[in-house]
Amino acid sequence: MIYGLYNYWVVIVLMMAGFYCVIARANLIKKLIGLSIFQTSVFLLFISMGKKAGGTAPILIEGAEDVIYSNPLPHVLILTAIVVGVATTAVGLALVVRINEEFGTIEADEILEMEGEAKLKSWRDNVD
Amino acid sequence: MIVFIDIVLLTLLVATAISLVRLRNLIATIMLAGIFSLLSACLFMTMDAVDVAFTEAAVGAGLTTVLMLGALVLIGREEKVPGKGSALPLVVVLITGFVLIYGTMDMPYFGSPDAPIHQHLVDRYVEKSGGPDGEVGPPNVVTSVLASYRGYDTMGEVAVIFTAAVSVMLLLGVGFATKREDAS
Repeated sequence: MIYGLYNYWVVIVLMMAGFYCVIARANLIKKLIGLSIFQTSVFLLFISMGKKAGGTAPILIEGAEDVIYSNPLPHVLILTAIVVGVATTAVGLALVVRINEEFGTIEADEILEMEGEAKLKSWRDNVD
Repeated sequence: MIVFIDIVLLTLLVATAISLVRLRNLIATIMLAGIFSLLSACLFMTMDAVDVAFTEAAVGAGLTTVLMLGALVLIGREEKVPGKGSALPLVVVLITGFVLIYGTMDMPYFGSPDAPIHQHLVDRYVEKSGGPDGEVGPPNVVTSVLASYRGYDTMGEVAVIFTAAVSVMLLLGVGFATKREDAS
């Protein structure tokens, strides 16, 4: 059945879109957004694995027999991961704001250029 | 029906992700990232992860968007239009993608009840956690595992959030009376 792995393939496409955003874009905010896309696609991967065909949410129904519940363990794992993900995004954004204060730009290549110039200047000062 | 909804939502997610990568306007990108989170929350809903769905909708689509917009207010600029970029990132991404897809070939099919993940442990939690004479009590198994069986882990999570909050405050200098002097 083709559909059997469809979820995983889409997750991989999303993951690679986020990965491309992180490595190909110089803008630091864009990099952070790419990181959060990557993160969300990992969440989708875990939740896809926890799904049982014909299952229902893992909230116990009293008195009911033979109910299929989806696997609650990946759900718990991902709940923790979502909150930690927001914490890392917040720290990343704070770093970007500080970098912008210091360099006046948030483009990674411009910052590297400035760093290189500063290093060259301090090296020359030392030689002279 | 579920399969249909699943495919539509996944296709929408891919469309959002691709336009996200291509867009230059940062505000539009952040809004699209919010839509991305909301769509994935819908998808979590169809895959029975109700707790994850509302956390993603509140935290991923709500809080993250607000944080990003807040940062953009402090930075306030468009993404620079780049010169000729190299093809290296695209090649790396394509190769990684193909390797990962090759890796999924061995995976159990979506929703299959005899996947290894459903064989161990889970039944014990589902059978013993809830009910009047259960080990924890609440009918929601996710709550039982999060707050009781894995309580230490959740406590560690609180420590992580606390550390993040402290570092954000230190980085942005919130609460210091002496304001940094302007360079100009």
